[in-house]
Amino acid sequence: MRNTLIIALTAILLWSACKSGSDKKALPIYGNREPITKMVNGRQETDTIYQTIPPFKFVNQYGDTISNKTLNGDIYVVDFFFTTCPSICPIMHRNMLKVYETFKNTGNFKIISHTIDPKHDSVPVLKKYADKLGITGNKWWFLQGKKEEVYTLAEKNYLVAVKQDSSASGGYIHAGYFVLIDKQKRIRGSYDGTDPKQVDELIADIKTLQAEPDQEIVQ
Amino acid sequence: MSCKLVGCMIALVGILLVAACQSDESLEFKRYYSSGALVYQQHCQNCHGANGEGLSALIPPLSDSGYLKKNLRLLPCYIKNGLKGRIIINGKTFEDSMPADDLSPVEIAQVLTYIGNSFGNKLNTINEQSAQKNLADCR
Repeated sequence: MRNTLIIALTAILLWSACKSGSDKKALPIYGNREPITKMVNGRQETDTIYQTIPPFKFVNQYGDTISNKTLNGDIYVVDFFFTTCPSICPIMHRNMLKVYETFKNTGNFKIISHTIDPKHDSVPVLKKYADKLGITGNKWWFLQGKKEEVYTLAEKNYLVAVKQDSSASGGYIHAGYFVLIDKQKRIRGSYDGTDPKQVDELIADIKTLQAEPDQEIVQ
Repeated sequence: MSCKLVGCMIALVGILLVAACQSDESLEFKRYYSSGALVYQQHCQNCHGANGEGLSALIPPLSDSGYLKKNLRLLPCYIKNGLKGRIIINGKTFEDSMPADDLSPVEIAQVLTYIGNSFGNKLNTINEQSAQKNLADCR
């Protein structure tokens, strides 16, 4: 009887140890990195410079200018879409709605959807789309800007493939990734926005990121 | 050993009897419905959702049985040629367009049988002949 109790207790302890261990995992930091060496108080110290999202400037569905500075101090999720997209966009935004619902009342958090078809997706078109999706306030922005800038940002900085292709349905091929950016503007995760399971992971990872101690914010 | 064999045979006869009892009609329904589920996954689900729930006010749900019944003859045309203009589904207005999808008459019949008998809908089997007939009347 006593032995059984001890075994049971040990099992519970082991299980809870494993559990708390996995809860505390830190998210990886993606992208290029380079070490820099500098002299601090006469001693040599090595630091790492991580790849960050460079300056940008776009307009949101309300016609407001949104730049990288507007997002200072925010954790945000980015995706690329177009309003007339017949393939993966509806499923992406059905899943993104879940992220929106989970965090819409949370501070220092944003969702950014860049249109890759700025010619069609004007500010009024994006506003109408947001309205129909049921998005209000300033938690989820739909951004419009110069096509080349959006494409470069997608491929070079958020590491998401985007391409115009008349043979693809809707005229564009693009990957349905949701990219998670931290307060220091570093990439911390990339999730298939068409897969509800990966979107659940994203939601869990945002919570992990929110619990990370604040560090010095770049720029 | 022989006991096991007898048991097996009884089970087999049982299965055969049940299968024989199914009418041709319900077999036809099952064939259309299960093929229709695949067509739905490949051609409709991204927009209309795994449970036919649609997407907010952008994409209508497929659960308005009244609408489906009323427009039954037009549904094959909507799938093949797309749908533009204002429609009212479950009391809500939708005005975005659905792109055309060049499915074959049998695929259209299959997917309509699936939609017509999922998401709370209960329609009869829509077979290839009736889809073909309705397609010929598309405007």
